Amino acid sequence: MNLFTLIFSYLKSRPLNTLLNILLLALGIAMITVLLVFNNQMQAKITDNTKGIDLVVGAKGSPLQLILCNVFHIDFPTGNIKLSEADKLAKHRLVKNAIPLALGDSYQNYRIIGTTHAYAELYKVELARGELWHSDMEVTVGATVAKLVNLKLGDTFSSAHGLSVDGHAHEEHPFVVKGILKPTNSVVDNLILTNVGSIWQVHEHSETGVAVKTDSITASVLVPTVSTSDSTREITALLIKYRNPIAAIQLPRYINSQTNMQAASPSFEAARLFSILGVGIEALTGFAYVLIFISALSIFLALYNSLKERKYDLAIMRSMGASRSKLLLATQIEGVSLTLCGSMLGIALGHMVLYLFTILVSESQTSGLNAFTFYSEELYLLAGSLVLGMVCSLIPSVQAYRTDIHNVLAGNG
Amino acid sequence: MICTRSLTYQYPAERAIAFRDLNIDTGSQFLLLGESGSGKTTLLHLLGGLLKTQSGTIEVHGTDISKFSEAELDHFRGKHFGFIFQRNHLLAALTVEQNLLLAPYLAGIKQNHHRVEEVLLQLGIADQKRKRIQELSLGQAQRVAIARAVLNKPSVILADEPTSALDDKNCDRVSELLVSVAQQNQATLIIATHDQRIKNRICNLIQL
Repeated sequence: MNLFTLIFSYLKSRPLNTLLNILLLALGIAMITVLLVFNNQMQAKITDNTKGIDLVVGAKGSPLQLILCNVFHIDFPTGNIKLSEADKLAKHRLVKNAIPLALGDSYQNYRIIGTTHAYAELYKVELARGELWHSDMEVTVGATVAKLVNLKLGDTFSSAHGLSVDGHAHEEHPFVVKGILKPTNSVVDNLILTNVGSIWQVHEHSETGVAVKTDSITASVLVPTVSTSDSTREITALLIKYRNPIAAIQLPRYINSQTNMQAASPSFEAARLFSILGVGIEALTGFAYVLIFISALSIFLALYNSLKERKYDLAIMRSMGASRSKLLLATQIEGVSLTLCGSMLGIALGHMVLYLFTILVSESQTSGLNAFTFYSEELYLLAGSLVLGMVCSLIPSVQAYRTDIHNVLAGNG
Repeated sequence: MICTRSLTYQYPAERAIAFRDLNIDTGSQFLLLGESGSGKTTLLHLLGGLLKTQSGTIEVHGTDISKFSEAELDHFRGKHFGFIFQRNHLLAALTVEQNLLLAPYLAGIKQNHHRVEEVLLQLGIADQKRKRIQELSLGQAQRVAIARAVLNKPSVILADEPTSALDDKNCDRVSELLVSVAQQNQATLIIATHDQRIKNRICNLIQL
């Protein structure tokens, strides 16, 4: 017999009540855990993916769409921009470097991005097998793509126009896999990388009659294989890194007002997106706290009522030599063990829900959501539930402390 | 040896009860008789340290407990007293055995399972060890309460109307057990009661 056997016996003696209280709290905590993990991973992902990109330049349209399309690769392009104009911008004195992106094709829902090796360097990719693309129609695939579509070195495939499987297939121009990347936990995992020329070549049939001018005088800065004066060449967007802080003020204004392209800042748009999503997250968090409050109330009532039933138990325990403080402690531990059990179950439940989510919802597989990453905030949740337990059992334990043994045992109390 | 000197107790807004001086030898057995309201329970609770002494002194084995603090009383009670009440006041959440082991645990004494067996055997309820309290009859439950009171081998057993809630047969059984178990454990037994049925078992009377 010890304090824990005693407390456990008390909890076991009203199993439904105990279970209800633990479950109620667990639900609230699980909800907070899910939101916490989701929020943290999303934010980390956004910061990771926007690292090194100060500005995205593309066709006019929604700035948020421009960012979602060209940084996170989840929305459709706003349109195309002329390579010659992009070239001009790339040479601007405030631009440190510029990476071209040509979108438009996909394979099995995974995007094929025409770009330069600078894009791979931006995300610090490492090769798992093979090498980076070098000439037209060669691709290097991201880790998730390679795994889920089962692409191996030397495999060939033809892309589909647009960003869905049922798009028009470009069967006459097959791609060949030259390399597979290691997982980077960034958006690159879900991409198929190639050069800009490949994208053009795949779409060449629609531009028949326009031959590549091989005798060009000045080669393009972005795509050296073509002339900068080739007015037929287009790309989707340009990722820009500033040369100095002044660029942050001057460059977007210059692009938006002086050219027919638009510039959008990934960090600004991501923050805007988060503030829109934030309303939903806050509402859910609020609901979770309501659940926790109700469970706290329920635990308090359970303890309070059981303490009334237990006044003889308390008195008899005092008569057997238990000190006031021991009974106070016992009541506190009873409350705390309920909330601790609840929050531990809740955290486990939250991670299980996320895990089920990642295996059942296919979109979440590509999102790279990791259900079993734990955050220090979860320790705060445990600490918080400890405090919650102490608060819930405060009044009951003071009651236990104040039990008037004489009155209770004499039958007057 | 229990000695009291000029013990009085006053409840708020009531007249004070003055108790006559007591000298109770170790191992003796006494009945505390009196009308209800005469202060039987008050005296018993004072002797057992459940109630703080207001004036006068109580000496138990040479220790003056009337000046003890609440915490000291708790400790002293656990070591030296065993209590039995009209209702058994067993913890319904625990089994018979756990109820008994609670006594040494709360008194801060080593828990001895053989002692539990021994006491249950003395009281003829060894087969009830694993049962829950709700499964016991009233008479059995009162016997468990007696077992709990004597488990720590207290020097004094204080019983407050231990048989009043029982029928004749159980009353007989319980009072007989109480007396014999107190003897077996060399404990002083003081029973406060107005139950005429147990008068013939104990010859020492204290009339209040």
